Amino acid sequence: MWKSRPDDSPERPQSNSSTVANLAAPPTAPPPKDTRSYEPPPKLQDALRAEVAHIGKSVKVKGELAGSEDLYFDGEAEGSVDLHEHTLTIGPNGRIHATLAAREIVIHGKVEGTICASEKVELKRSCSLTGDVCTKRIVIEDGAFFRGAIDIQKEGKPEFRKAATVTPAAGTTITPASAAAIDEVPELAVTGPQASFLDDK
Amino acid sequence: MRWFRGTDEAQTKLRRTGAPQRISRRSTGFTEFTRTLASFNDLSVLDLGPTSSANISFLTQYGGRVYNEDILRAAREAVAGLRPGEGTEGLDPKRFFAENLDHPEHRFDAILCWDIPDYLHEALVKPMVERISKILRPKGILLAFFHTKDAGPDFPYCRYHIAQGDVLELEVVPDFRLQRIFNNRHIENLFKDFSSLKFFLARDNIREVLAVR
Repeated sequence: MWKSRPDDSPERPQSNSSTVANLAAPPTAPPPKDTRSYEPPPKLQDALRAEVAHIGKSVKVKGELAGSEDLYFDGEAEGSVDLHEHTLTIGPNGRIHATLAAREIVIHGKVEGTICASEKVELKRSCSLTGDVCTKRIVIEDGAFFRGAIDIQKEGKPEFRKAATVTPAAGTTITPASAAAIDEVPELAVTGPQASFLDDK
Repeated sequence: MRWFRGTDEAQTKLRRTGAPQRISRRSTGFTEFTRTLASFNDLSVLDLGPTSSANISFLTQYGGRVYNEDILRAAREAVAGLRPGEGTEGLDPKRFFAENLDHPEHRFDAILCWDIPDYLHEALVKPMVERISKILRPKGILLAFFHTKDAGPDFPYCRYHIAQGDVLELEVVPDFRLQRIFNNRHIENLFKDFSSLKFFLARDNIREVLAVR
């Protein structure tokens, strides 16, 4: 019923011995290494750990703290901490009354002050944060306490109402010019038959 | 006591496991609320419930700023800070609102009040609504939920998480006790400074109120 494919050769031996088949097969390249499960050797692990500076729970800092490496801070700080393009982790014993700036900020302890992370803020379940947050992404675990304002920074921030109705093709970006073009078509912004509650009757 | 939130099946499961569960419910009031959010430029929203990453994630889609202030937790801490024997009568609303909801006038376009008035200490309810009416912009909106008379004092407290534009997830947490039930007249009096009120009676006997400043 089915046509045989050209590569189906009837004289191909129905090999029941894998050893023979392996011997007949040309030498193949070794299978690629699984990089996902890569674990650096112990010496390299030590080196990576050494790249994160640690400040213990008995340390108190007053004033400006700046650096160009990742920092794990478990002590008390008052003033400002600025790590530019690095990660700042506030440990569970951390008590911070300061302005924090870094690429990523992870908080387990208690922080009062403004936080600015160029990439991401993570509020762990034991964390208590009172202050404003300015970042691109934020992750909040259940149980974390936060009191303040969150300002999510978006590059080429599209207006949600219009983005929901006018979806640009993949790969295109909404520039102020194209956003203005969307503004010229107000009918597209209406998402349903019912007008807004605030609309005048 | 019959629990009115979610389906019977969900309630049974919750009782059986004892673990925090989330129950989904559709909310017409919230749908209307989100529809109105889209009409604001440079949006500023205040969420008075516990910190929820789902809520923050949803609200930040609209751009602008999202504020979070867990007013029930603050009230509980204020009560805990009272001297022994002082009783809750010692709770001073002026002092409380000097430290909480302390924002400039007309800062917010929208406020999510959830069902906080039902669980808040008696002395703080009216001052809270007065403070809200100050910090909410004219034409700003507020969404609040109120239980009906069917709810008893053991009615569970729920944290509200926004799942989608019209679906909320309720997470039962044994944090607070229902203090009172408002009837419609009470609600109208409570929001007397607002220009209009719109009631939605949900299938689970929760009155959803959308108030416009």
